Amino acid sequence: MTARLFLPRDTTAVALGADRVARVLAQEAQRRGLSMDLVRNGSRGLFWLEPLLEVEQDGVRIAFGPLDVAAVPSLCDALATNPLEHPLCLGPVEDIPYLKAQQRLTFARVGRGDPLCLDTYRALNGFAGLQRALRLDSQSIVTAVIASGLRGRGGAAFPAGIKWQTVLDTPGAQKYVVCNADEGDSGTFADRLLMEADPYQLLEGMIIAGLAVGSTKGYVYLRSEYPRAREILTEAIANARVQEYLGNNICGSGKAFDVELRMGAGAYICGEETSMLDSLEGKRGMVRAKPPVPAIAGLFGQPTVVNNVLTLAAVTTVLEKGSEFYRDFGVGRSRGTLAVQLAGNIRRGGLVELAYGASLRQLVDEFGGGTYSGRAMRAIQVGGPLGAYLPESHWDIPLDYEAFAGIGAMLGHGGVVVFDDTVDMAAQARFALEFCAIESCGKCTPCRLGSVRGVEVMDRIIARESPARNIALLQDLCDTLEAGSLCALGGMTPQPVRSALAWFPEDFS
Amino acid sequence: MDERVARAVEESIQQYHDVPGGLLPLLHAVQDALGFVPADAVPGIARALHLSRAEVHGVISFYHNFRGKPAARHVLQICRAESCQAMGARALEAHARMRLGIDYGGTTADGAITLEPVYCLGNCACSPSVRLDDEVHARVDAARLDELLADIGAGAAP
Repeated sequence: MTARLFLPRDTTAVALGADRVARVLAQEAQRRGLSMDLVRNGSRGLFWLEPLLEVEQDGVRIAFGPLDVAAVPSLCDALATNPLEHPLCLGPVEDIPYLKAQQRLTFARVGRGDPLCLDTYRALNGFAGLQRALRLDSQSIVTAVIASGLRGRGGAAFPAGIKWQTVLDTPGAQKYVVCNADEGDSGTFADRLLMEADPYQLLEGMIIAGLAVGSTKGYVYLRSEYPRAREILTEAIANARVQEYLGNNICGSGKAFDVELRMGAGAYICGEETSMLDSLEGKRGMVRAKPPVPAIAGLFGQPTVVNNVLTLAAVTTVLEKGSEFYRDFGVGRSRGTLAVQLAGNIRRGGLVELAYGASLRQLVDEFGGGTYSGRAMRAIQVGGPLGAYLPESHWDIPLDYEAFAGIGAMLGHGGVVVFDDTVDMAAQARFALEFCAIESCGKCTPCRLGSVRGVEVMDRIIARESPARNIALLQDLCDTLEAGSLCALGGMTPQPVRSALAWFPEDFS
Repeated sequence: MDERVARAVEESIQQYHDVPGGLLPLLHAVQDALGFVPADAVPGIARALHLSRAEVHGVISFYHNFRGKPAARHVLQICRAESCQAMGARALEAHARMRLGIDYGGTTADGAITLEPVYCLGNCACSPSVRLDDEVHARVDAARLDELLADIGAGAAP
C-alpha cells in the first residue's frame, strides 16, 4: 500500500530544512523499497514544529516534528512498525493543542493539501463563496460584507463593506481591485502563509470583490522579499485562468475578471495604499494626499478597492457562510477573527487565528509558551515597526482595535514581537526613528527631516547629553511628526518611541 | 552600451512599453537579466515610455531593490527588523560585516558576495533570518551563517 505523506513547501518550513528532509525521505524510501506519495502541502502555521511531516493513517493525519534529516531513518523504521512510538510523534495533527484551541476561518484550509491543486481547493469548500456571489447582484454582495462587520486587516481597520459601497456607487470607466500584499511589518507573515498555503482563497476573494463593485481587473502588489509566494501565486493565477475562474467567462457566468501579479521593489512605504497605487502606475511610491480616497479616485484615477490579503480572503467566508456567521465572532466593533502572528523571542512562534477579544498575555503565554531564550519577557511590540512597545502592565489588554487605540497602541496587522530582558529600549526607540528615515517617501517634511533629527536627538540621549532637555525635544518632535505627517509612517513612528520613553524610562536615564 | 545590455533592455522595453504602469516590471526585467539597471539604459527606457530621464532615474533610485552597478555572484541579505533584533540580529550583522570585511552595499574583493540589509523576510516565527539569493534561512546564528557561506565557497575567514 502506498503511504500518503505531507511535508510543507512554504518559506518558513523550507527555511528550516523541509526541502532537505523531503530529499532524504525520498532516497530512504527508495532504498527500502517503500511506496510513498509525498504531497508538498502548505504549513499549518505551527512554525515552531517545522519541518512538520504528516502521515495519513486510516484517514487520520499523524504529525511528526520538528524533523531533521538525521531523524528520517528512524522515522521510516517507525512507519513500518508503530509510528506512534517515534520520539518526534505528536499524535493526530488536529489534536495538537496549539491548533485545536484556535478558531480557524480564514486559515482553516492551510496545510490540508497541495496549495496549487484546484481539486483539493474545491473539495475543501473552495469557491463556495464565489458560487454564491455569482447568484447575487452587486449590491447584495456589498450589503453582505457590510453586515458582516468585516474591517480591513492591513492595519487601518476601515470597514471593508463601506469601502466597497463607495466604489460601487462611483461611476468609472474601468474600476480596479488592488490586493495589498506588501506585508512589510516585522513580526508579520500571515499574508505570506495564506498566499503560499491557500492562494486560491485570495483569488476567490478578489473575484468576489470584482463582482461586487463592477470591476474586471485586479492587481496583486506583492513584495519582492517573498520569492516563494511569487512562484506559487504565478502558478495559481495560471491554473485559475485555465479552469475559467479568471478570464472573460468566470464559471460560465459571462462575467469577466482577471488578476495581474506585480512585484514591489523593497520600499516599505508601498504598503501604504496611495503610495502603492503610485508604484503600480510605474512611479516612485509617493504618498498621495487624501481626499480623494482611492475608492473614488484610485489607480489611474479610477474608483479602486484596495484591501489587504486577509480582508479579501475573509470575504470568501462571509459569502459562503453568511454575514451573521462571521459577525458572531469577536467583540465590540472588532468582528470575526484575527490572525495573530507570534514572533521575535518566542518559544512557539506561529500563526494563531482567534476571534477578537483574547488577551495578549493568553497569546504569548498559552500559545507562545514564553520566550525562546528562556529569560524573562520584558516588552512586546504589537502592530509592526509603528506599533507601541507594551510593558507587562498592559499585557492583559484584549485584542481589539479600540482597546489598543485607547492606550496609544495599535493592533495593526496582528504582528506580536516578543523581547526578553536583554532588550535595550533606547536602542529600539532609535531604530524606530532610523527606520522612518530610511523608508520615508520624502513627500512631507516632518517625516523626511523629523526622522533624521530624531535619530540625532536619540543619539544624544543615549550618550547621556542633557537627557531631560533632549527628551523634551524628542517629545516635541514626536508631536510634530504626529500632527504634521501625511500618512501613518511619519504619523505613527512616535508610537514606539513614546511607548519606550513612557513605559521603560529606566533605559533612558 | 555593450550588445548584451542593449539586447536585454530592448527586450524588456518590447515586453512592457504598452503595459499600463509598466515601468516597475520593466526595470525588474532588466535587473533580472543583467543583475542591475545600467545608467545608460535610462534614455532608451524614458523614450519608449514617454517619460523624462529624470523620472526614470527617480524611480530607479527610489526603490531599494534596483541596483546601479552589478551585484556579486551571490547576494546575502540580513534582516534588520525588530523580530530578528529580538533574536540577536545585531550581533549577526556585526559578524557578517567582520567576516566578509565589507559594509552594507559592499561586495567582497573576490566578487563572490554582495551584502545588503533587508527589512523583514516574513519569516519572523523563526528569527533571525537571512536570504541568500532566493533562499530564506531561519534561526541563523554566526556559526550557521559561516556554514552557509562555506556551502557557496565564499567568504574566507579574516
